[in-house]
Amino acid sequence: MEVKSGMKFKWWHGALILALLLAILSPLASSSPDGLERVAEDKGFIGTALEPFFEIVPDYVIPGVTNEAVATILAGIVGTLILFGIGYGLAKLLRAKGEA
Amino acid sequence: MHIPDGFISMPVAAVGIVVAAGSVAYAVKATNKKMGEKQIPLMGVLAAFIFAAQMLNFPVAGGTSGHLVGAALAAILLGPSPALLIMTCVLIVQSLVFQDGGLLALGANIFNMGIVPCFVGYYLYRGIASLFRKRKLGIMVSGGVAAWVTVVIASVACALELAISGTVPLRVALPAMAGVHALIGIGEGLISAAVLALVLATRADLLELQKA
Repeated sequence: MEVKSGMKFKWWHGALILALLLAILSPLASSSPDGLERVAEDKGFIGTALEPFFEIVPDYVIPGVTNEAVATILAGIVGTLILFGIGYGLAKLLRAKGEA
Repeated sequence: MHIPDGFISMPVAAVGIVVAAGSVAYAVKATNKKMGEKQIPLMGVLAAFIFAAQMLNFPVAGGTSGHLVGAALAAILLGPSPALLIMTCVLIVQSLVFQDGGLLALGANIFNMGIVPCFVGYYLYRGIASLFRKRKLGIMVSGGVAAWVTVVIASVACALELAISGTVPLRVALPAMAGVHALIGIGEGLISAAVLALVLATRADLLELQKA
């Protein structure tokens, strides 16, 4: 990778790009029920699930975006970036505390 | 395996929250002492990767899907305590923002997909890896096997919570949950081994971080 003024390409830049690529692939995910949902359907307790108390981005689809694939990709990218920020920030915080 | 609200009873949910809070407090203390400069970006990218990978449900037999949990992988790369912190962050964001996993069930979900697989996965991985002469092969095989085991154990924990809650009898929940997750766990094992192979090929030094 080319080196620009002080901004070197580091391994974790590549890892973050990989995570974002996975988020972009998210519309390809299987929409079949997951293991727990399958068991809940088969064993007849799926109906005991409560509706969420509030909804922000339900089912990983950004509300208001008509194209569902685009809405899913956006949700994936937003979530991936949020978690990068939280993970990185938390680690920095813990590092600072540990040194003190 | 994200439990929505309603599947588990209030007492089970409450115990889950207390156990999760205590474990996370312990993990913060344990991580505090060990956090190095290199772990900072690794914590960020692992949280991001696990979130993204959890969106990618892969099909397993019988019109069912599963996705990576990632706890074993995170624990192998970072150690169990930082991995638990990452899994907790992922589960909180999934529950709060994406309505995946109930708010009241958050503690139970942190127990099943954080505490149990991070600690079981880590020590199982270390134990199995020590049996191998060839280090790289040992890391990949033990990582994959440990990852598979964590998914099955997490599903057993989930079945127990459902049974204690009175939602479904244990003799029904246990074989059903363990059975389907034994299949889903194969995906977990393969993905974990593949990521470990990628790390070994590019930044093998990252695998030494958690021992420091």
